[in-house]
Amino acid sequence: MSNAKSKERPEGYPDRHYLNAAHGLKSWFLTTDHKRIGLLYLLAITLFFFLGGAFAVLIRLELATPGGDLVQPETYNRLFTMHGIVMIFFFLIPSIPAVLGNFLLPLMIGAKDVAFPRLNLASWYVYMAGGIFTLWALFEGGLNTGWTFYTPLSTVYSNTAVTTAGIGIFITGFSSILTGMNFIVTIHRMRAPGLTWFRLPLFVWSQYATSLIQILGTPVLAITVLLLALERTLKLGIFDPALGGDPVLFQHLFWFYSHPAVYIMILPAMGVISELIATFSRKRVFGYRFVAFASVAIAILGFLVWGHHLFVSGQSVYAGAVFSVLSMLVAIPSAVKVFNWTATLYKGAVSWETPMLYALGFIGLFTIGGLTGVMLATMGIDIHVHDTYFIVAHFHYIMVGGAIMGYLGGLHYWWPKIAGRLYPVFLSKFAAIIIFVGFNLTFFPQFILGYLGMPRRYHSYPDEFQVLNVMSSAGATILGIGYLIPMLYFAWSMFYGKRCTQNPWGAKGLEWETASPPPTLNFDEIPTVTEEPYDYTPKEVQHAG
Amino acid sequence: MEILRNLPLFPESASTFARDVDALYFFGLFIAAFFSLLIAVLVVVFAVKFKRRSENDYGIPEKTSLPLEITWSVIPLIIVLGLFFWGVKVFVILYRPPADAVEYFAVGKQWMWKFQHPEGNREINDLHVPVGVPIKLTMTSEDVIHSFFVPAFRVKADVLPARYTTVWFEATKPGKYHLFCAEFCGAEHSRMGGSVYVMEPHDYEAWLAGEEPGKSLLASGEELFTDLACHTCHTGDTGGRGPLLTNLTGSEALLADGRTQERDDLYLRESILDPAAKIVAGYQPLMPSFQGQINEEQLLALIRYVKQLNQTAPGEGVQTAAQSSAAAADEG
Ligand code: HEC
Ligand SMILES: [Cu+2]
Ligand SMILES: [Cu+2]
Repeated sequence: MSNAKSKERPEGYPDRHYLNAAHGLKSWFLTTDHKRIGLLYLLAITLFFFLGGAFAVLIRLELATPGGDLVQPETYNRLFTMHGIVMIFFFLIPSIPAVLGNFLLPLMIGAKDVAFPRLNLASWYVYMAGGIFTLWALFEGGLNTGWTFYTPLSTVYSNTAVTTAGIGIFITGFSSILTGMNFIVTIHRMRAPGLTWFRLPLFVWSQYATSLIQILGTPVLAITVLLLALERTLKLGIFDPALGGDPVLFQHLFWFYSHPAVYIMILPAMGVISELIATFSRKRVFGYRFVAFASVAIAILGFLVWGHHLFVSGQSVYAGAVFSVLSMLVAIPSAVKVFNWTATLYKGAVSWETPMLYALGFIGLFTIGGLTGVMLATMGIDIHVHDTYFIVAHFHYIMVGGAIMGYLGGLHYWWPKIAGRLYPVFLSKFAAIIIFVGFNLTFFPQFILGYLGMPRRYHSYPDEFQVLNVMSSAGATILGIGYLIPMLYFAWSMFYGKRCTQNPWGAKGLEWETASPPPTLNFDEIPTVTEEPYDYTPKEVQHAG
Repeated sequence: MEILRNLPLFPESASTFARDVDALYFFGLFIAAFFSLLIAVLVVVFAVKFKRRSENDYGIPEKTSLPLEITWSVIPLIIVLGLFFWGVKVFVILYRPPADAVEYFAVGKQWMWKFQHPEGNREINDLHVPVGVPIKLTMTSEDVIHSFFVPAFRVKADVLPARYTTVWFEATKPGKYHLFCAEFCGAEHSRMGGSVYVMEPHDYEAWLAGEEPGKSLLASGEELFTDLACHTCHTGDTGGRGPLLTNLTGSEALLADGRTQERDDLYLRESILDPAAKIVAGYQPLMPSFQGQINEEQLLALIRYVKQLNQTAPGEGVQTAAQSSAAAADEG
């Protein structure tokens, strides 16, 4: 693409916008503009994503052969531990809320910024401080406890950087709490005139539900990690049975946060999907209120199901049964969402733009992830597949097939808004397909491996599991390439992409009613909302139909 | 077709329980496959059929339909409740070992499994069992949490330090099956395992006879009871310094602080390792702690030994432990 083309300005392209409003590093690192903070997060989590991805590459390489021939067992244990910690705490949890949420929430509700802009910047620094501790733990040699930190392995038997990493997670948690609080206040207090609750985009609803989990759940994680550190350093007997503690207590505390954390990752992705489906079907989301309340229902139910991780941990059968039935109930609001999205396509005007490819992929993969989750919540099945590759496959369908697909779909959809520029159409569709294929090839065989009985976190395994593992490793290679492509063209597009018009998709929503890229204060004039959300269809068409 | 032979899709089933789990699994799989395909087909069909044809194409919005929303909430609800009940039913089978199950013992430690047969034979990482006999494993760990997992039997149970957990199975097919540790337990986690050998009863007998028999659990328990001088306080002729350890199984102890306590394995374990934690009513905290003097296997042997003392010990006019604490309660 020639330089001249990238300088071409479509009509109405703003001269001044948030990207060129100020220059120099200081203008970025001291910014209180939610959009710039969103970009700071984008940069940081992308680095962590590729770090976590590098660990995954080594893991899949090791597992290509049954013997433990590439790395030492101890190294392997550190690899999957760091993969989990980096991906969950430093990529997935902040991904959609901190990047897209930060960028879009004020735009979507017609506000000039979030409620507490300086706190917003502070959240980013808190996140980075946590990240630095985690990187430091890496330089100390990493840690070998699994991202789940089960005691007494983590408190008594591991002599790796558990405390350092724990401090990192503890600190980062506060960034999540602050962001959640900021968003809740913003949504309550800063909506444009006329923007009632039921006129909010579904992305805002899902962000709201997510923020609730962030502020209610994360403190428990912080306390748990703190207790862990205290037991390690001061030998307080909390979890170690030799000191009178209870190791299973740790599992309860840990999952009390870490199960809802799954919804911190998937709910925002669901919000993105609702937006994409509406825009690219040019139609109001079917069952809007049901989809909105489903988010809140999932957030609440999510706090009541943690014991499904403990069916075979010596938990009583009665406790197990209660957790099992509550976990089953989560399936209902999730199913409601999937059915309503599907129904939205019906009689829509569906265009197959790149973001929509991600959305359609999401529906399929999330459905598989969710239904295998129902299987896992079935106690009689869980006995056999607990701690096997079946679990690994299930949660990657939710977190990679769901959350990352949603994140990438959202990034492709709002990219013209963020950068004011376009990315190559064909290449981006190609990458979306590559990712979909690579993903399924990586993780589908793992369901089979799991039922065959291959335990997770195994450095070496019996020969008969090799073919399926090779398939998985091959898929991971494809998936890895698939992720590199968007990163490259986004980076290119930021500087050289063709400049776009204000609303290239013809989308509804306040974020499209201002320039792309938006001015620093978002709107020259605060809009007044008079329409229902996703009001795509002109009245005359509605009557004709 | 070489590759197909190397591409197993389904594990061997070699226990009575495996059939129950598989049936449930197939049901779950059917539900998952049915709905995944349904959604996939609908999404693809709609995306193709309603593809946007011109820039002026718009979707035709429909009013939310309450009956539709209720239908697609209630149908999944009924299905998941069905799965739930069936799932609990299968789980309870594993939770309640049959009364006639033969008890074996397992101790997990970084990174090996130690097994003991009722006859006294010991094994490391391998376990030989007869076909057609319900076998109950009582398990504990010397260090971190491990998990006993035999895929061919579809059984798994975590093995915890300072706790006893159980798992049971009845093998249905002679053969050699994988034994794995399923809970991540440190460096050699993936090598913590071996094989379960299921044998015809006469082969099993022959195997037992060919092995170094070792002492039976009760015999080693009895020997420890003497060696550690438990008998100096806990038999009838010592003036009752300690309670008589008879009729412990299934009884409740009355404690000095007024609580009652079921005399389960965990309590007996605590009584030996940390006697001061729970004092039996009417007695002084005289008993020394045996923490650090005996390992998990010896503890198991001691516990099994004292638990069966009611069948051998009580003679004429000797108070049982249960009676003595009841008497103490009357006095107090
Ligand atoms: C110095 C005397 C002494 C010795 C030696 C001793 N105990 Fe005890 N034991 C007691 C006393 C006194 C009690 C009751 C007070 C208490 O609960 O600690 C007791 C209580 C018990 C109980 C609880 C009984 C109940 O009624 O619930 C068990 C079980 C027990 N001892 C087992 C053992 C075993 C096994 C050994 C040997 C390893 C042993 N004891 C050695 C004095 C002793
Ligand atoms: Cu969970
Ligand atoms: Cu293990």
